[in-house]
Amino acid sequence: MGARAAILSKIRRSLGVDGTETDRRAVAADRLQRAPRGLVPKRGAGSASEQKALFMKMAEAVQASVVTVPSRQAVPEAVADYLRGRNLPPSLKTGADPRITALPFEANTPTLEVRHGPSDGQDPVGLSYAFAGIAETGTLVLHSGPDNPTTLNFLPDTHVVVVDAQDIDGDYETAWTRLRDTFGKGVMPRTVNMITGPSRSGDIEQTLLLGAHGPRDLHIIVVEGAGTSGESA
Amino acid sequence: MQITSPQFKTNAARALDDAQLQRALSNVEKGFVDKRVKAAKALPEFEALRDRARDIKNHTLQHLDLYLEAYEEKVTASGGHVHFAETAAEARNTILQICRQVDAKTVTKGKSMITEEIGLNGFLEENDIAPIETDLGEYIIQLRNEPPSHIIAPAVHVNKDQVEADFRRTHTHLDADRSLEEPSALLGEARGILRDKFLAADVGITGANFLIAETGTSVIVTNEGNGDLTQILPKVHIVLATIEKITPTLEDVSQILRVLARSATGQDLSVYTTFSTGPRRPQDVDGPEEYHVVILDNGRSSMIGTEFQDMLRCIRCGACMNHCPVYHAVGGHAYGWVYPGPMGAVLTPTLIGVDKGGHLPNASTFCGRCESVCPMRIPLPKMMRHWREREFERNLSPATVRTGLGLWAFMAKRPKLYRALTRLAVGALGMFGRTRGRFRSLPLAGGWTTHRDLPAPQGRTFMDQWARRTAGEQSVGTAG
Repeated sequence: MGARAAILSKIRRSLGVDGTETDRRAVAADRLQRAPRGLVPKRGAGSASEQKALFMKMAEAVQASVVTVPSRQAVPEAVADYLRGRNLPPSLKTGADPRITALPFEANTPTLEVRHGPSDGQDPVGLSYAFAGIAETGTLVLHSGPDNPTTLNFLPDTHVVVVDAQDIDGDYETAWTRLRDTFGKGVMPRTVNMITGPSRSGDIEQTLLLGAHGPRDLHIIVVEGAGTSGESA
Repeated sequence: MQITSPQFKTNAARALDDAQLQRALSNVEKGFVDKRVKAAKALPEFEALRDRARDIKNHTLQHLDLYLEAYEEKVTASGGHVHFAETAAEARNTILQICRQVDAKTVTKGKSMITEEIGLNGFLEENDIAPIETDLGEYIIQLRNEPPSHIIAPAVHVNKDQVEADFRRTHTHLDADRSLEEPSALLGEARGILRDKFLAADVGITGANFLIAETGTSVIVTNEGNGDLTQILPKVHIVLATIEKITPTLEDVSQILRVLARSATGQDLSVYTTFSTGPRRPQDVDGPEEYHVVILDNGRSSMIGTEFQDMLRCIRCGACMNHCPVYHAVGGHAYGWVYPGPMGAVLTPTLIGVDKGGHLPNASTFCGRCESVCPMRIPLPKMMRHWREREFERNLSPATVRTGLGLWAFMAKRPKLYRALTRLAVGALGMFGRTRGRFRSLPLAGGWTTHRDLPAPQGRTFMDQWARRTAGEQSVGTAG
């Protein structure tokens, strides 16, 4: 008997079942199908503007910096301002997300060098466009694909993330519902990253230090008037 | 790794005399306890979420065979591979085979207690593959050639000056005159060294906090980002996880996530919660080309249906050890294997046998603090009591314990004698200890008084005080 069969049969013996019971199978299949939401904290409930305010407050509480801009047109200047303010070179690496490639970098910030592709570890700054923000903990949700390379989330010292205000959800569950709407039930992209603040470690005498292996700085740009959801898809 | 659990008493005595260790252990309470309380208080639904988390795991264990099958199907559908392993040896060999198929020379690792449980690092080294721990704490103890002493803060027993000495000893290619005074300098040095290792590794191995049946996803929860660099940069990502990590849906995981970080580090959510499903997709520009999940049993399936089943709800947050007076006193290494503190005292005898791990459930004052903070509401003291009973039944307890228990039972069955003797003892101790309020040393009680004072009793037994109090209440009642 192989390990798989042996383990399953040990579990079934311990449970006193044989695995064919239709009622048990129905209960498990139903939970997987319905994915009940459980208890969702009230903290994230509220109007869109309350959710945006909570998202920003919670993100700042975990040492991210956050700014808002009135439209996507204003993103390149917000990025350039941030890099200038931090004395960083005017250069960044980003993916092929159409929301990013449509940004007026060349017209508005011609001195900012924008390179595309995954990170090889040599890029001081990475720029990504988030799938969602989650208000209850100030969390960003990003996923892998051709558009937003996962390496950009971890290798650059500084990570700048753009998120549309309309994509800020109150809680994790709402983000999962939207993810299912995008990819289909039971289907996930290779990597989904929930990111809550910049990298840190408490491993030396339980003292908090920022910038362990991932970015030392996380800067979030919230776009207020990003248009319809069709535009962001 | 070498099991020293049978020598718990010697280990504990040595730990109590270790000044460096005692200094480091003072960080445990400071670093964890207040932060947990603050995070829990800030979320009104926290206690109710603990109930939900417990119920989700109970439900999952009752249907574990079915969720395992569903999980496997989803991993396969997303292009990944599932390997089952009944024993530690099977898991080690499966991992070695995958590494050999890609001719791996170096393997980066995220923090994984299961890889400690199966002794993976030593095994890979024997087979000419270099494992590199990338979590800062794990990296430090790998340099020191030590096992972890805490499940979420593996180097909690090490002080900053010791880390500095270890870095100077091993990073000999760096300038000997560099300053490592600041903790941030130590972190920066480790970051630089490990960055090169991440980029060069052939295989990345991580554990998993959850395996999601709905989607075939493995989840890791970290703060440093090392687990992510471990799993996105090499060609092959191997996940090693045990059967009880299965959780039905994304929603179920979200419920448990809300109690996990709050209980562990007092964060609302850890910095990186990462969901991995299969290998990179055809259009993806980064990510691993192969994705393997090794699902290990190693004795857990036989805990189902026993008085130890509740232990399978454990999500490895470390809250029980962070709040344990015994752990605070002796640290994690005294427990002698991978899992220290109350959760280790229950789990270790299950996994290595009560003959080897029997001391651990005895290393408890039954104060109940562990159960009161366990996010999964695991009745840890009750299960330690079960182990004590089993140990006694099997005649494994030492003669002194059995004689002591026998004497106590003799007296307990004779209440008059019991009360007379305790009255005498408590009265005498109360009289002799009245001035100081405590004893620095006592004949026959050196095991206690070597490391702490014994508080002097007030002079009257509980039964006497109780009798007096009830009599008082009655007279008040009559008067009224």
